[in-house]
Amino acid sequence: MATFLILQQILKTGSVSEPAPEADPALRTREQALHADILKVFGQAVAIRHVDAGSCNGCELEIHALNGPHYNIEGMGVKFVASPRHADLLLVTGPVTRNMEIALKRAFEAVPEPKWVVAMGDCGCTGGMFGENYATCGKVSSVIPVDVEVPGCPPTPVALLQGILAAVSGGRRDAEG
Amino acid sequence: MPKHPDDLALTPQTEGGFVWRSRLEPGRLTAFARIIQDEGGQLLALWGADDRHLGRNFTVHVAFLSSVGLIWTTSELDGDQPAYPDLAHIFPQADRMQRAAFDLLGIRAQDGVDGRAWLRHAAWVEDAFPLRKDFPARAACRSPRPETEPYPFIRVEGEGVHEIAVGPIHAATIEPGHFRFSVIGDRILRLEERLGYTHKGTEKRFEGLDLATGAKLAGRVSGDSHTAFAWAYCMAVETATACSVPDRAIWLRALFLEMERVANHLGDLGFLGNDVALTFGFVQFWRLKEDWMRLSARLFGHRYLFDMLLPGGVATDIDARGKADLDALCKRIAGEVQTLRHIYDEHTGLQDRFANTGIVAPDMAARLGLTGLAGRASSQAWDARVQFPCAPYDRLDVNMALQKSGDVLARAEVRFTEVFESLRLIRLLLEQLPAGALHAPCTQAAGVCEGLGWVEGWRGPVIVAVRIDADGRLDRVHPHDPSWQNWPLVEVGVLGNIVPDFPLINKSFNLSYSGPDL
Ligand code: SF4
Repeated sequence: MATFLILQQILKTGSVSEPAPEADPALRTREQALHADILKVFGQAVAIRHVDAGSCNGCELEIHALNGPHYNIEGMGVKFVASPRHADLLLVTGPVTRNMEIALKRAFEAVPEPKWVVAMGDCGCTGGMFGENYATCGKVSSVIPVDVEVPGCPPTPVALLQGILAAVSGGRRDAEG
Repeated sequence: MPKHPDDLALTPQTEGGFVWRSRLEPGRLTAFARIIQDEGGQLLALWGADDRHLGRNFTVHVAFLSSVGLIWTTSELDGDQPAYPDLAHIFPQADRMQRAAFDLLGIRAQDGVDGRAWLRHAAWVEDAFPLRKDFPARAACRSPRPETEPYPFIRVEGEGVHEIAVGPIHAATIEPGHFRFSVIGDRILRLEERLGYTHKGTEKRFEGLDLATGAKLAGRVSGDSHTAFAWAYCMAVETATACSVPDRAIWLRALFLEMERVANHLGDLGFLGNDVALTFGFVQFWRLKEDWMRLSARLFGHRYLFDMLLPGGVATDIDARGKADLDALCKRIAGEVQTLRHIYDEHTGLQDRFANTGIVAPDMAARLGLTGLAGRASSQAWDARVQFPCAPYDRLDVNMALQKSGDVLARAEVRFTEVFESLRLIRLLLEQLPAGALHAPCTQAAGVCEGLGWVEGWRGPVIVAVRIDADGRLDRVHPHDPSWQNWPLVEVGVLGNIVPDFPLINKSFNLSYSGPDL
């Protein structure tokens, strides 16, 4: 019974996935040491490890949304992985709290080279409304090096995807440019 | 004046409201807490404040839930070593709140059983108290700190018992926290949580902000409950400054709050399917949630309705076309969720995993103060929108969702029921939305003033207490997330379950880390 209902619903729904947005090179914060042979290693696929370094959880809602059916990120070769050791890219949210500072540094070190870091959200980019105080170090780049900053509170899934693509397509832009 | 079984003077915070204020000597706190407990009430929140700049000493504040509504007690503490009687032996949920109050203010619960730090990991030194007024608001991140500090977890010993430590960074995209399991084979004998990783000094950050900026920060205490916190904050400020908010603004706030409830419940119902390997459920619910977010963005300019509330009213409006579009989407989603509920009901694999998993029995829920949606799944029949309705809920006749099995299934059922109820409420709110202004000026009160706001967020009761200084700036803000009291019940719910079911059980509560970490 359940199987029949599921099939019926799947047929009714059809496909809701949408085409990918363009990379947004304006989000890059530094020239990346990326070139064609790195891209050869990764191809188009990129494995992302997310670290919440102290966010309000708003940014996480959009990471979840990005994993939903409208965005079809796995179809673009973007996937979220469970361990930093399997990751190419660290996606960091939140102002970095002092209680997370060490864990974030360790996660960064665990990602094999070459690696990218994307700071997500106004908090990750600047410290946001929380700024710096006895409990937070503010922006992500005050704790680990950052390649791309994606502003927004929270950034939309499309903006986030553009930032991720901007990070990983850095080398290609160099090759073309 | 309600008849309360004590000789206390309870002053209503506002005419006809359900929040009562009482000044209470610390010596009478224990007796008062017992009275509340005897009548079936709960402790909702406990926090402290440094009042020395106001010519007083430190104070401890408690929000009790009782048959007359919320009773906010304030007790002034004496001396250089400020202390108050431990309330955790009456209401165990007070334990972590008391430990946090010590970490931040150095006020101690006398004879409290657990003396370990809660929010202070190693970010600042033991004898510094960040919420004291003489602690600098902008202390640099690089100020000296101990590198790490040991945290003694409680150990379970015995043959075949071993420990699994998880976090603070988890395998999935969730907030950071540490879980220490003691297991035999796959069975969980004990779970101890350690939270506080996202402590970002939010309460200190409020100090000195203007009232409008405070609303934005309040909404970011726990982003998934943005409207609930922003509303509770605004309500507190409006009470403190005796500001009267136009009807249309109040109705729009309720509209946003119910939209927030629908969004979160849809997402959770999808994740719960996913956690029992029904990816179909995830795809379907997240498709609906995305439709919901996109319409929110189109109508109000933000997918999660951030920054729509400000003291005195709201910052945005809805027109006739927007109303029609939202009404149509509510109707469609109600229909689709009906279909999906039918599928969840019929799916034996899912039902098998949901039923009898992660049980919090009603008596345990009552003893430990389980609240909000998880509470209602364990027979704790509290919903401020129903029993203590602020406007416009007093005109809406909200139906409470209630289950008694206290398992994952019950928490899913409460969500289903609440999705339908919120969709119904949204359509009613749209239909009856009064005309008029969107905001009124909140004029500064003469002198220092205080207020408390209380809103039934999607997760449970959200409370914000506010003190405004004589210059009209924020002096002390305490936002309280219901996850404070619900986290310890996750420790109870997992007992005897297998480790692989932990993600499912945890998701069925879906508690906030940022909210209580502050
Ligand atoms: S950027 Fe906004 S949504 Fe993201 S963590 Fe910061 S406050 Fe929350």
